Amino acid sequence: MPIQIIVEKCTGCSLCIKACPFDAIRMMDRLESRGLASDSQSHKKAVIDLGKCNLCGACVPACKLKAVVLEEGEKPAPNSSLKDYKGIWVFIEQKNGNIQSVSYELLGKAQELARKLNTQVSGVLICNDVGDQIDSLIWHGADNIYLVQAPELANFQDEPYTNILIKLIQKYKPEIFLCGATAIGRSLVSRVAVTINAGLTADCTGLDIEPERKVLLQTRPAFGGNIMATIISPNHRPQMATVRHKVMQPQAADKHRKGKIIRESFESSLYASRTKLLDIVEEVETLVNLAEADIIVSGGRGLGAQENFKLLEELAHVLGAAVGASRATVDSGWMPYSHQVGQTGRTVAPKLYIACGISGQIQHLVGMQSSKIIVAINKDPDAPIFKVATYGIVADLFQIIPALTKKFKEVLKK
Amino acid sequence: MNIIVCIKQVPETTEVRINPETNTLIREGVKSIINPFDMYAIEEGIRLKEKFGGKTTVITMGPPQAEQALREAISMGIDEGLLISDKAFAGSDTWATSFTLTCAIKKIGVFDLILCGKQASDGDTAQVGPGISAHLDIPQVTYVKKIEEVKDNFMRVERMMEEGFEIIETPLPALLTVVKEINEPRLPSLRGLMRAKQAKITLWTQKELNLDPQKIGLAGSPTQVIKIFTPPPRTGGQMLTGETQEIADKLVGLLKDEVH
Repeated sequence: MPIQIIVEKCTGCSLCIKACPFDAIRMMDRLESRGLASDSQSHKKAVIDLGKCNLCGACVPACKLKAVVLEEGEKPAPNSSLKDYKGIWVFIEQKNGNIQSVSYELLGKAQELARKLNTQVSGVLICNDVGDQIDSLIWHGADNIYLVQAPELANFQDEPYTNILIKLIQKYKPEIFLCGATAIGRSLVSRVAVTINAGLTADCTGLDIEPERKVLLQTRPAFGGNIMATIISPNHRPQMATVRHKVMQPQAADKHRKGKIIRESFESSLYASRTKLLDIVEEVETLVNLAEADIIVSGGRGLGAQENFKLLEELAHVLGAAVGASRATVDSGWMPYSHQVGQTGRTVAPKLYIACGISGQIQHLVGMQSSKIIVAINKDPDAPIFKVATYGIVADLFQIIPALTKKFKEVLKK
Repeated sequence: MNIIVCIKQVPETTEVRINPETNTLIREGVKSIINPFDMYAIEEGIRLKEKFGGKTTVITMGPPQAEQALREAISMGIDEGLLISDKAFAGSDTWATSFTLTCAIKKIGVFDLILCGKQASDGDTAQVGPGISAHLDIPQVTYVKKIEEVKDNFMRVERMMEEGFEIIETPLPALLTVVKEINEPRLPSLRGLMRAKQAKITLWTQKELNLDPQKIGLAGSPTQVIKIFTPPPRTGGQMLTGETQEIADKLVGLLKDEVH
């Protein structure tokens, strides 16, 4: 039994029930727990339904009487070779030779972690040509750049990029490996982590170092952000994590910073890919892509018709924002799916999210509630979107949005 | 074409809400559903079978009640269901989950295509699909929004990216993870519902799979959850009232540091 209640210690206080994210604990008396009718005379104790329990351990610290015991299983003893792993690596994502902003954000965070571990930060860049952007990586916090350059590596492909990362990790043994939680990053490092038998935590929003064991504390949302989990990989190296866009801050560029460039190349068979990238199609209707946008103006059913998205596009243009859409508008064909924000679309966390005519169903909220500032504009004062809004406006969006566009234009002198 | 669709049973997240008074999750009456992204994988599997023939198998790893998810997939038109369930698998992270599913897929044997949803709505990791293709050492294409062409042992697909899409050709067997845009899942037919009710679901436990205990469940999981907490719930902020112009002025004033 991997998890147990020590019946003698349990007082039936129910604190563990509240802590359980999987609804796996019930208070039952001795008869009930054997499937018999309740004997209301006797004391109720916690009973864990192992069918629902996923052994997350949330109930263990919740129990003040230490009545819940989670056995850690037969974990291999921490390997002494873990000490051979040193330094923090950041996967530098480039598309079309342009380094993506998430990579700079991660270098900033990596520097902060490196100070706590007294170690160095290295960027890993696989590309054909990125011009002078390598300097910029060093100015933003990279102490070393591992550079693998070849014409066939110009664009991301799963297999060659995976092969190269595995080789580099095995050779240089970083203790931490960070990567953007992008389409490329999530697909790439999942494959790497499985192959090298490393722990990987997806979509982290918080990273820190535990002072005692010096392990990476990886905090991430689950259940669409309704619960947060802190995760460690104590016995495997590197400790791998993908990190969302816009969560970490890049550090200011210091043009006096110096760094080392370490060039690596491999036999061409390592660069071979079974899948073939035939074409990259850019969809230009987006002003800025949603994941990278600092500001998103998003529209819902309240817009009434497809052509009214023009109002949002005008506002977005003034603000340099991207345009998002609720599921309802995408399902009605008003906007392409690539604009959809929410559970079955994209998860975004911009600095400013302006929701126009979006009622705020939970599926939409889980995709945007990590935004720093949320503005909600809706006719219905009871719309759930107002529960998460920093600023709420109960008004007709057809009046308020043009007024906002005009005012922002004046202020921003556009 | 033999197709394996990997699915997960998840709580219907609409119901997972925080009680603002106690700051705990409200879970009464939480229904279990097939992970929404997996519905598109199931539908695509059925469509490919309808076009090219072959067999579709849906597999899931989970508690005994996950059988319901398999029956639901069968009601839509999937041929067979396989449940991987054992206490020994409990506590698996994405590494151990993809390892266990991979071993089951190897035991099934022949396949041309594995389909997965892009990610599960409870964990949101998107790691198990690529994990399976890595364990199997087969090509993968993630975030597929369209299968353009299937020819001999090749498939040409569109992969959704942040600023557009890529057109990728992959040899088979391969693993695809799919997004919502790929199709619209059908509702089960009456006949399908009847078939699903009677269908025999195969159960494989640790006894059938006989996996290395160091590679499954908690012991096989490199990651450990050490804390779970509910974030401070976002509370409603300030309501702006007044005439249209007045509201616009107020809001622009409040936001002027955020825009530039």
